[in-house]
Amino acid sequence: MSSANTAHSVVEPSARSKRIAATLVILYAVITMIPLVWIFLTSIKSPPDSISYPPKILFTPSLEGYCNLFTTRTRQTPEYIASLPPPEGMCDAVTRERNMVIAGPSNFLPRFTNSLIIAFGSTFLAVGFGTLAAYGFSRFKVPLADDLLFFILSTRMMPPIAVAIPIYLMYRQLGLSDTALGMMLLYTAVNVSLAVWLLKGFIDEIPREYEEAAMIDGYSRLQAFRKVVLPQATTGIAATAIFCLIFAWNEYAFASLLTSGSAQTAPPFIPTIIGEGGQDWPAVAAGTTIFLVPILVFTILLRKQLLRGITFGAVRK
Amino acid sequence: MAEIRVENLRKAFGEFVAVQDSSFTVENGEFLALLGPSGCGKTTTLRMIAGLELPTGGTIRLGGEDVTYKRASERDIAFVFQLFALYPHMNVRKNIGFPLLAQGVAKAEIKARVEETARLLQIDHILDRPVSGLAGGDRQRVALGRAIVRRPMCFLMDEPLGTLDAEFREVMVRELRELHNRIHATTVYVTHDQIEAMAMADKIAVMNHGVIEQFGTPQEIYDRPASMYVADFIGSPPMNFIRFTGGLARGARMARIGAAEVAMPELRADVPPGPLALGVRPEHVRFSDASPLRGAIYGSEYLGTNQIVTVETEGGLVRARLAAEQSYRIGEPVGLTFKSDRLSLFDAGSGRVIPSALHEGALRQEARHG
Repeated sequence: MSSANTAHSVVEPSARSKRIAATLVILYAVITMIPLVWIFLTSIKSPPDSISYPPKILFTPSLEGYCNLFTTRTRQTPEYIASLPPPEGMCDAVTRERNMVIAGPSNFLPRFTNSLIIAFGSTFLAVGFGTLAAYGFSRFKVPLADDLLFFILSTRMMPPIAVAIPIYLMYRQLGLSDTALGMMLLYTAVNVSLAVWLLKGFIDEIPREYEEAAMIDGYSRLQAFRKVVLPQATTGIAATAIFCLIFAWNEYAFASLLTSGSAQTAPPFIPTIIGEGGQDWPAVAAGTTIFLVPILVFTILLRKQLLRGITFGAVRK
Repeated sequence: MAEIRVENLRKAFGEFVAVQDSSFTVENGEFLALLGPSGCGKTTTLRMIAGLELPTGGTIRLGGEDVTYKRASERDIAFVFQLFALYPHMNVRKNIGFPLLAQGVAKAEIKARVEETARLLQIDHILDRPVSGLAGGDRQRVALGRAIVRRPMCFLMDEPLGTLDAEFREVMVRELRELHNRIHATTVYVTHDQIEAMAMADKIAVMNHGVIEQFGTPQEIYDRPASMYVADFIGSPPMNFIRFTGGLARGARMARIGAAEVAMPELRADVPPGPLALGVRPEHVRFSDASPLRGAIYGSEYLGTNQIVTVETEGGLVRARLAAEQSYRIGEPVGLTFKSDRLSLFDAGSGRVIPSALHEGALRQEARHG
């Protein structure tokens, strides 16, 4: 135990506490990863493997789940299948083994596209409005600023779903039911309060002198905002965007209530796959896996900002 | 370059009046220091000249043009901030070139002018560095560069040396003054440091509670303080006040302080009986055993080239700047004499100076004392 005798720094953690911290972090990461890994593994199992008990850790991977996710199929007699020309592509072959033929593409791709449009669109709107509002609250003397900010915050004080029925009725009147625009507006409205509060914190931290300097240098306030404030608020904007995107991307309750057809998003759609021809867990898992990808990519791209964003204010630059 | 003319400038924040009816003129090419303690309204005055704050009343003219309610971007001025306000997401070159970009100057010319400015400030070797890693002095120079590069009508500086350490501040004071001598830009410089103001400025405006107490050359401010506040604020140690009560007639040349008669410059106004204060700079106090104005040594501070000896008198503590050689025992009785033609008499009630012969004639010739 030589480490116990060596002098240690007060600020620098000792090697032992670093090891303990690393172990805990890795342990936590593994525990959090298990469901994700399980979903991914299920997505590449064949349907029988997916429901076998005890669960199979070792199995022959199959892309049947993905095939089923993107297609609709009909059951046929073996004689009919035998009469068909040789299968085109892997999915065709896999389907025929189950005595089925591909009838056409499933709704997954359009639903997934809806999710992309609505989530990114509403994030863009919420962060855009949020940045402008936060800048206003941060820099100008807004009458009743504190009350307004509290009012904005208060929209988050109850679960959004508590107002689901009025919104449902309103949307029906306005013709916004089952439209991408309606969903985008709804998610923007929910997210904008979060965006205003988060971004106000970030913008408050940017000294006014930068804009004043820019205005003296000959720029209008809007130009100063664009050229000086925005570049320095990128961290906050990125962090806010991730929070907004995660909400809009994962939102299920409103989506299942207000969308059913053309504007349906992926979250309410994915569970419906299970009903098509038996307990198709691999297809559901495949849908979930693909559903995780955009948010994963977005978060990895912005992870530096996110990390600084969630610890903002703790350390002065 | 142009003159700055400020008339009856006033700024109120709700009930609080930050600047009260200030009027002054900064001549073309002149260096004005707005001097005062924090909260005296000096920065607010500067920000109004810059257009960062709108005045409650009064007018501001830059080069004859009324700019009182014009936007900052429409006034041809440069501003150096206390914390420099260098844009952190740009390198040195871009920071300096930023004002030119706003004016739509061609790229090649921006490059040439930025480099010329950088050479003038001797920062041409750091042009492509990010500003975040720069030392305090270099940041200061970059901030100055951003101001100079656009060749504005005037420079406004808000305590630009406030964050530098004392040693480096002296270097920058010299650099700033040299820069001013070279480019002769009309400059308004805000500071709370009397040494900076005295060392750099052509004119000083001493401010207190939103009022300009005195406007004049450093010599005038030092030798002929217009009020007890100015006399006390300028000078280290500040002017001594020997307080007494009495009334004096116009033309009087003597003040009776206790048992002693003290000679002073001939008064140019009647002084009704009331509390008065005789102002004496420490360097104008001498010890003389024969003097009827008595006191006892209270303490002394050795400063190397000279010493500050404090004497307790009936009229209060009096500090004298004396040669360093002589040493004094605490409690030792001494007699005091003053350099009679350099004394100021104040109305201790209002704090204003009473006009006398001191306020006539040229100052420079009088300033032959050691």
